[in-house]
Amino acid sequence: MDHWQGYIGLILKGAVTTVELTILGCALALFMAFAAGLGRLSKRFTIRALATTYIEFFRGVSIFVQLFWAFFVLPLIGIPLSPFFCGVLVLGLNVGAYGAEVVRGAILAVPREQHEATVALNFNAWQKMRYIILPQAFVLMLPTFGNNAIELLKATAVVSLISISDMTFQAQVVRSQTGDTAIPFLTILALYFAMSLVISTGVRGLERKLSQGLDVTKA
Amino acid sequence: MEWDWNFVLKILPQLYDGVVITIQATIMGSILSMLLGLGFAIARRSPRKIISRTTRFFVEFIRGTPLLVQLYFLFFILPDIGILLSPMVAGVIGLGVHYSTYTAEVYRTGIDNVPKGQWEAAKACNFTSRQTWTHIIVPQAIPPMIPALANYFVAMFKETPLLSAITVLELMNQARSVANYSYRYLEPMTMVGVFFLIISIPAVIFLRRLERRYSRPQ
Repeated sequence: MDHWQGYIGLILKGAVTTVELTILGCALALFMAFAAGLGRLSKRFTIRALATTYIEFFRGVSIFVQLFWAFFVLPLIGIPLSPFFCGVLVLGLNVGAYGAEVVRGAILAVPREQHEATVALNFNAWQKMRYIILPQAFVLMLPTFGNNAIELLKATAVVSLISISDMTFQAQVVRSQTGDTAIPFLTILALYFAMSLVISTGVRGLERKLSQGLDVTKA
Repeated sequence: MEWDWNFVLKILPQLYDGVVITIQATIMGSILSMLLGLGFAIARRSPRKIISRTTRFFVEFIRGTPLLVQLYFLFFILPDIGILLSPMVAGVIGLGVHYSTYTAEVYRTGIDNVPKGQWEAAKACNFTSRQTWTHIIVPQAIPPMIPALANYFVAMFKETPLLSAITVLELMNQARSVANYSYRYLEPMTMVGVFFLIISIPAVIFLRRLERRYSRPQ
């Protein structure tokens, strides 16, 4: 029990890595979600096909398999990636594929008249999205995005298996050095839960703020 | 590194053994999560605050923490307090409990969608709480939710490679052991991805069909 204080530092260091992975992964996922989500609504067939392939591929294969593939196979075909970069890339691309469907659904859920009004006002595609559609659609996306962010946080545990020293990895280190299993694992379970609570309350707050002044009826 | 078809053929039987384990784990995990999830959904509606609040916290906690860590917990900590689980059993329990917190939400939606009149009718017929659930609520709540449930089974299938972390010899672990003794990663890892796509794409198509079938207005 007395050596425990030294090990808590190790776990907290892992927690920082987990937070970094989550934030960078979410940033990439958000970008990919909008790129692929809007891509699926494109008029051009090639863009639609590309977006659909990306979404189906990343949703169809386990994140674990993607991670191992990126870690072991990409270096063999001449693309060496650092484990951390590999982790962010796979997490972001994977969750982004799930997010893309959310983006598409939310944009389609904005009432038709709003789309028609932008045509009547002679808005170009960018103006239409920026000023009319996205401000309304984004509020619809938020709750599911929050869930996706929590899924991403949980998926970061998997990167410990490709030697990134995140929280789960550090807990394993503590376990193998002290032979103590209960305390490290219960600690990280509590930390993961705290992080997911931070995400869910943060998203709920943002939702309240962004839906002010919008006439969006929650379905 | 060149792709070697002969090597692929050579490792196929071993990968196939892994696929069988993967599918077994998915099926058993699905059954467990289907039953447990219903239990959680009903317990959350319990009039007793202690039961409903504890269940709610437990469900939120499991949903907010990674499956991998839960698997480690089952596999490494339970033996300390005298419960020895084989890797496969620990894996199925882990998958089942983790996904039951998702299916519980699905059931909850289904139960909320049963019209209030049905509850009142059950009361008017003097049904006990147990009879109300088994004869009135559950039979109406579940069928519309089947596609959503099946969705989570596909999701669970994709999480089974995590079981390799607690030494279950499923597909991913077979591929890793092949890769480790032959020093070839390209084919085994790629074949794992191919196997997953081969199984999950038809599953998704089947799901869409289920959705169409059950989405008809009643």
